[in-house]
Amino acid sequence: MADLYPGRKRRNIVWTWLAYAATAFGLSWLVLILGALFWNGFGGLSLDVFTKMTAPPGVAGGLLNSIVGSLIQTAIGLAIAAPLGILAGTYLAEYGRYARIAYVIRFINDILLSAPSIVVGLFIYQFCVVPFGHFSGYAGGIALAVIATPIIVRTTEDMLNLVPNTLREAASALGMPRSLVIRHVAYRAVRSGIMTGILLAIARMTGETAPLIFTALGNSLFVVDPRGPMSSLPLIIYEFARSPYPEQQKLAWTGALIVTLAVLTLSITARVLSASRGADK
Amino acid sequence: MERAMTASAIENPQAAHSLPMDRARALGRLKLADGGFRVMTVVSALVVLALLLGVAISLFIGAWPAFQHFGLEFFVSDAWSPPKERFGAAAAIYGTLVTSIIAMLIGVPVGLGIAVFLTELCPPLLRRPIGVAIELLAGIPSIIYGIWGVYYFKPFMQAYVQPFLIGTLGEVPGVGYLFAGPPLGYGVLTAGLVLAVMILPFVTAISRDVFDTVPAFLKEAAYGVGATKFEVVGNIVIPYTRVGVIGGIMLALGRALGETMAVTFVIGNATKISASILSQGTTISAMIANQFADADPGLFTASLLALGFILFIITFIVLALARWMLAALQVKAGI
Repeated sequence: MADLYPGRKRRNIVWTWLAYAATAFGLSWLVLILGALFWNGFGGLSLDVFTKMTAPPGVAGGLLNSIVGSLIQTAIGLAIAAPLGILAGTYLAEYGRYARIAYVIRFINDILLSAPSIVVGLFIYQFCVVPFGHFSGYAGGIALAVIATPIIVRTTEDMLNLVPNTLREAASALGMPRSLVIRHVAYRAVRSGIMTGILLAIARMTGETAPLIFTALGNSLFVVDPRGPMSSLPLIIYEFARSPYPEQQKLAWTGALIVTLAVLTLSITARVLSASRGADK
Repeated sequence: MERAMTASAIENPQAAHSLPMDRARALGRLKLADGGFRVMTVVSALVVLALLLGVAISLFIGAWPAFQHFGLEFFVSDAWSPPKERFGAAAAIYGTLVTSIIAMLIGVPVGLGIAVFLTELCPPLLRRPIGVAIELLAGIPSIIYGIWGVYYFKPFMQAYVQPFLIGTLGEVPGVGYLFAGPPLGYGVLTAGLVLAVMILPFVTAISRDVFDTVPAFLKEAAYGVGATKFEVVGNIVIPYTRVGVIGGIMLALGRALGETMAVTFVIGNATKISASILSQGTTISAMIANQFADADPGLFTASLLALGFILFIITFIVLALARWMLAALQVKAGI
């Protein structure tokens, strides 16, 4: 017994230090990546970035058309994904909680949640680009909607599952029909939770690049009409980061900083929202 | 009928006292709205189902000309020549698997280590901030990993890591061929390492959640008989949560297999199979991202869609297994 003890203690210390080292390793990447973004992108942040168009090399340009394109396509994505996701999540949590089809849909939704986004891009290309014969902002928005829907379905269902059944029973006992119980009692109880899901979905859509390459394609002109090809921030980062011209590379970094700040702000807001809800209970 | 009547009185107090004609009309409208809402939720849920079927069917239809033209040859040939119209998936499938294996070899132990730190070692005050920081790593879009990888990580690999590997492991007989070739910076290893950082937070997040399901009395019992922390983790926590941890690892693998933008930037995009992990390669998703927008319609486009279909099937199987394992653990935790 006495011989075993030092060995066990040593092993414990070694593994403990390895766990510390793993954590330091993981955190250092976050610091390195965020540091590089600020170092290269912060200097480029100026009014020009938000007021000028992307320009050919040699001409001072900004990112206005890409920012507007990103906003429009995210709005299209959200306009489709939010109602679709909330209603589907409602079915899974309220009407069909124990139905066999609900188990299948839940499973499929979980698969969609982590399906490769490039495959979603190919699907929308086949579905929205080929039939109309050209790339469009609508196709890009629909591709983003396919990415965002499963996130909203999942959070809506999880949140509605937290609503105590006594609340539903009380409302039903007063004679409210099912749909009113859901809309006026259940939704109201989990409003901040559903908002969390929507914010997370917006964050995800803001950073997506792969599904836009061959749906929205990108556009160096200022367009607000989603019927034609459209630029977006991730697409312009993809293009300019591989450009040999320093001014375009600089804009790519500035764009990257803007995207990252937007995504992280959205996800932190979502986290705060859901945490404050937890405190209420 | 009785129920709906009371409900209309809640919505609109006058309705209950008005004429029977009005009341009947109000009730009818309410009933219609109630049923309509239900139908809308059912249809939305079915749309989610249709999305996945739509992905599978549309890709298969688009890929059919390539499967038909090349047959099984498509899966084993590493030829990729648009001018000659000869296409094979082997190089892309090989690159996808090798980068994912490298990512798993590094990302999984580190991710598990962080999860152990967060659940067993971390002071309670730091638990939340460090957990959130790791989750932020998962929130950073993959294009950002790409631009960072090509401007910082690639030069670092080229200047330090690859010459070191060539000089040491490259000289070892038996494994030397894995580290042969000039230090280009771009390559399979670089892509695998960037992927490792990207999947690490997924491994951590799920492992942490499943580690938290271990009943405290099990751990207390082990500590009570004198086990060290390492022994509690190795003999109680990990065996208890094995299925969930493996599920989380599979989920991370699904991510690694399908990851596109970060890989496209650093892998070098060379359609060939090389023994050396320092050489340039490609993956299914990188090839699609690079070539699809410029591909000629016909066999070229069909072959890229066929690659997409293969990627979809591989990730579907991996993700389905992952979900199945995680669901099994949930049932266990529920009891």
